[in-house]
Amino acid sequence: MSDTHAQSVAYVRDTAIPPSPAPSNAAGPVKWMRENLFATIPNAALTIASLYVIYLILSATLPWMLNGIWTTGSLAECREVLDGATGACFSVLTERWNQLLFGFKYPVDAYWRVLVAFVLMLVALAPVLFFDLPRKMLIITALFPFVAYWLIWGGTIWVPVFALLGVVVGYLVYARFVAQNFALGFFGGVAAAIVFWTLSGYIVPVLTPEQPWLKSVPSRDLGGYMLNMMLGLTCVSLSLPIGIALALGRQSSMPLIKWVCVIFIEFIRGVPLITLLFVANVMLAYFFPPGSGVDLFLRVVIMITMFSSAYIAEVIRGGLAALPKGQYEAADSLGLDYPQAMRLIILPQALKISIPGIVNIAVGLFKDTTLVSVISMFDIIGMIRGPILASTDWNGVYWELLLFACVVFFVVCYSISQYSQWLERRLATDHR
Amino acid sequence: MSTLSDPQQGSFRPSMLLNDTRYRSATLQVIAAVLLALCLFYLYSNLATNLRAAGLNISFAFLGAPAGYDINQTLIDYNSQSTNLRAAMVGILNTLLVAFLACITATVFGVIAGVLRLSNNWLVRKLMAVYVEIFRNIPVLIWIIIIFTIMTAVMPGPRAFRGDEPSSTMFLDLFAFTNRGVYTPGPFFTRGVGGEAGSIVNWLIVIATLIGSFFATRFVTNRANETQAATGERPNTLWTNLALWFVPIIVVLFILGLSWDVPELKGFNFAGGIKIGGPLIALWFALSIYTGAFIAENVRAGILAVSKGQTEAASALGLRPRRVMSLVVLPQAMRVIIPPLISQFLNITKNSSLAIAVGYADITATLGGITLNQTGRAIECVLLLMAFYLIISLLISAGMNVYNNAVKLKER
Repeated sequence: MSDTHAQSVAYVRDTAIPPSPAPSNAAGPVKWMRENLFATIPNAALTIASLYVIYLILSATLPWMLNGIWTTGSLAECREVLDGATGACFSVLTERWNQLLFGFKYPVDAYWRVLVAFVLMLVALAPVLFFDLPRKMLIITALFPFVAYWLIWGGTIWVPVFALLGVVVGYLVYARFVAQNFALGFFGGVAAAIVFWTLSGYIVPVLTPEQPWLKSVPSRDLGGYMLNMMLGLTCVSLSLPIGIALALGRQSSMPLIKWVCVIFIEFIRGVPLITLLFVANVMLAYFFPPGSGVDLFLRVVIMITMFSSAYIAEVIRGGLAALPKGQYEAADSLGLDYPQAMRLIILPQALKISIPGIVNIAVGLFKDTTLVSVISMFDIIGMIRGPILASTDWNGVYWELLLFACVVFFVVCYSISQYSQWLERRLATDHR
Repeated sequence: MSTLSDPQQGSFRPSMLLNDTRYRSATLQVIAAVLLALCLFYLYSNLATNLRAAGLNISFAFLGAPAGYDINQTLIDYNSQSTNLRAAMVGILNTLLVAFLACITATVFGVIAGVLRLSNNWLVRKLMAVYVEIFRNIPVLIWIIIIFTIMTAVMPGPRAFRGDEPSSTMFLDLFAFTNRGVYTPGPFFTRGVGGEAGSIVNWLIVIATLIGSFFATRFVTNRANETQAATGERPNTLWTNLALWFVPIIVVLFILGLSWDVPELKGFNFAGGIKIGGPLIALWFALSIYTGAFIAENVRAGILAVSKGQTEAASALGLRPRRVMSLVVLPQAMRVIIPPLISQFLNITKNSSLAIAVGYADITATLGGITLNQTGRAIECVLLLMAFYLIISLLISAGMNVYNNAVKLKER
């Protein structure tokens, strides 16, 4: 190209410049650290302080955990093996594993029954928790309480069978009359079920064989983590319908019903769970007919259910109050009566809004089941503080046992709360 | 002329009780009342039959009988010959003490953790998230037991402080951390009024002085506000307020002759100072860190609830970040934070009943534990216990309502 053309022809580059990497202080880990860890001088000081805290925690726990002993028979043996070195004695977990999970009285040859019930519980919960699963699985959910009762308590199979039949009879009566009038169907169904159960109370003893196929286990033999899970699951599922009823009652325009619900809710919410457990332990038996022999497990279930239903009622009341007034008016303008409006329009939306709150209550309740150890039931905390630490073999192994209890509770509670967050995103309750 | 929709006059049929909306709610309430009465009567008759069978009656006379047991941590005079009622009073005061202490520390922990969870520093943010998740997801009973175990099994016994080369030494020569509890210096007055029994009077004088200072500073601040509103000039109140806070209390403490009673090792145990028992510390600290994790979430939610535009508007006005926080964000966040915070205080008060698991003598342990077991008066004790907690809850929620009405958004 000659010099004359150099002025007239514009220089146009026809290939792209290959992208060059950003300067090392404006990209990659260095930039990230500058922005997130060392942005300002106080920030850097915080980072160093946090690193020091992490170092302190890890240096105290890591050698102890990594050096843990898993296979000795007693604390003395553990100390011998460790020979003065720092190390945990996790053998208490392997040796007392069954006791931690099932309590110390539950018959060893019946452990498989609890495990089967546990697996069934997972199957039964799945369709409730994840709506994408086939709806037919709900049949398992419906049958689960009866099967689980039979598996865990054993005894004659006719008790759960007749209990189930009572529910079926109640449902049939409900389905027959609900088209005419919801109240008639509902209360008719309840009445039919109660009549059926009363009658079957005379039939079951006749049918009971001498040697039932599954050995009967009394409630006081239940224990360990199993007890926590059973109390948590039973009480939460029982308290949901009661909580809904209480919430509706509190919103009701009928003063008598409203005030009964208000007094019940405020009373239960005003006292600690421990006092209610005292009621279950020392007082509730006085309110049952003489000689009815309601065992402690059932009394505790009654009181914890009352406790959690009061809290759930408040959460659902919040959901009901959060619904726009137009929804109520729309239901009225369609000519729906109260049960129809509630069932078809109000409650589905209100429950959806209340899900996070209900899950919070459920997690809190599951944690609170440890309080039964105060009234000397041997749940996992009761087992640790009672039989295991009191035994001569394991006197003094606090940390391993407490760590185990922390881990099992953390795993369950954290996964429930993660599930709730997933569900919230899934339902997107904030822009309904 | 009557329209078609008018009800026919004078033709009342029984079915209208259920089908006519004019009568239905009354009918339903009558049915509910009858059912409720039947239920209560059933429970009451069972109770009466059972009590008669057991030879019991309902009587509160046991409250006047000597309790017969010792309590190791009391705020008022108590010995084993005092009445059960006195023991219950000791328990009530202990409950209020631990609840009060735990409310303060839980708020401190919660606010720090909640603010730090919004920090720009990734590491701090994650560390606080781990704190919140771990403490929220493990039962408070386990935390109480863990801290109680640290207090009793890890801390050295008083014996470790003895000898020429003790294996443990007192912190700053003032605090002794032992497995029986923490011994701290205790204040007392050398020139106090009223002698031995009047020590409470001295403390009342101190508290009255502080309350006086509070009202005086408020008066000064209000005057400053009025002056500012009238003239636009704000008088400097900082030095006046500091003087109002510190001068009177220093003078009062000097006149009363404040001195410190430092714990000393005497024989097998520490003497002097104030002993804070292991159970109290376990309960106090565990409730604080556990509830602190919940409060942290409330604080975080409250700060996040203030819309970003507020921060930006404040910055646009030229406020520095710290003043944006204190003048714009926090006052609005408070409205969101305070109601759940108060229900957390309520939770602390109720959870303090877990004292019975570590042997701290709160109301649940004295009235609901030892007194109940010794006298066998289960119904009376549990009823009194419930009544106490109900009154506390009602007081706290009444306070919450007063506060809510004071700070709620006033739309004009």
